[in-house]
Amino acid sequence: MIDFARNVRLWFAPEEVRREGGTPDYRFSLANERTFLAWLRTALALIGGGFAVDQFLPDLSGAWRVGLALTLLASGVLCSLRAVNHWVRCERAMRRGEDLPVSRFPALLGVVVAVVAVAMVAVVLVGWEG
Amino acid sequence: MSGTPPPRRGAPVPERGSSVPEPGSPPPARGARTPVPGRDPGLQPERTRLAWRRTTLSGAVAAVLAAKTALQRDASAVSVLAGSLTCVLWLGLLFLAHRRITAVAASPRPAALGPRHATALALCTVAMAGCGAVLIIG
Repeated sequence: MIDFARNVRLWFAPEEVRREGGTPDYRFSLANERTFLAWLRTALALIGGGFAVDQFLPDLSGAWRVGLALTLLASGVLCSLRAVNHWVRCERAMRRGEDLPVSRFPALLGVVVAVVAVAMVAVVLVGWEG
Repeated sequence: MSGTPPPRRGAPVPERGSSVPEPGSPPPARGARTPVPGRDPGLQPERTRLAWRRTTLSGAVAAVLAAKTALQRDASAVSVLAGSLTCVLWLGLLFLAHRRITAVAASPRPAALGPRHATALALCTVAMAGCGAVLIIG
């Protein structure tokens, strides 16, 4: 978390990122960029999922519908913030010639998506209404 | 207009594949005396361009769903505002993608994405989610 706060400064400081180490092969940077975009698409899909829960499960009771939708929106926010953070960390590691950073986030996101999916199936099957 | 152009007189015809590294081989070290290939054999710039396109497409899906949510409610001022803001944010996404795509296309060895560019894109996404929360709660 402290690491995250320190990296936030780097999000807005291109000269600081560029000052370190050497420029890696452009293909590595492009690959890192595509990974970042893939995570961002995941975030957008989660946000779209939030809208979809709100729109396409009208029979659900208000609390469940809003709760599930907001959970999906919140995980979309987390995912996109983490995407740019991870991108900066990878870029720095490549410039310094270090190992790429490891992350617990994919496992965490997987668990959250699984829990939301199970909750949604249960809620729709049981049909808790009003 | 059609067919391959004839080789320029005097210019040596490069042997096909001679300057293309093996797939999977590590890229040449900086400063190594390797011939510059005309294009990346792994089509990295093209793949990057398509990744940007896919991202704008994902944004479009989210924006359409947001617009649907905004219009379905009783169209209160707040929800209309949030819905149109989402569409504006999607335009921002398009603009950022367009800028990066032109930058990648302009050079055979494009520079890395700038941190501010990446942050702007992520903040657009976060703001979309914020508008979504307003739409869903409101």
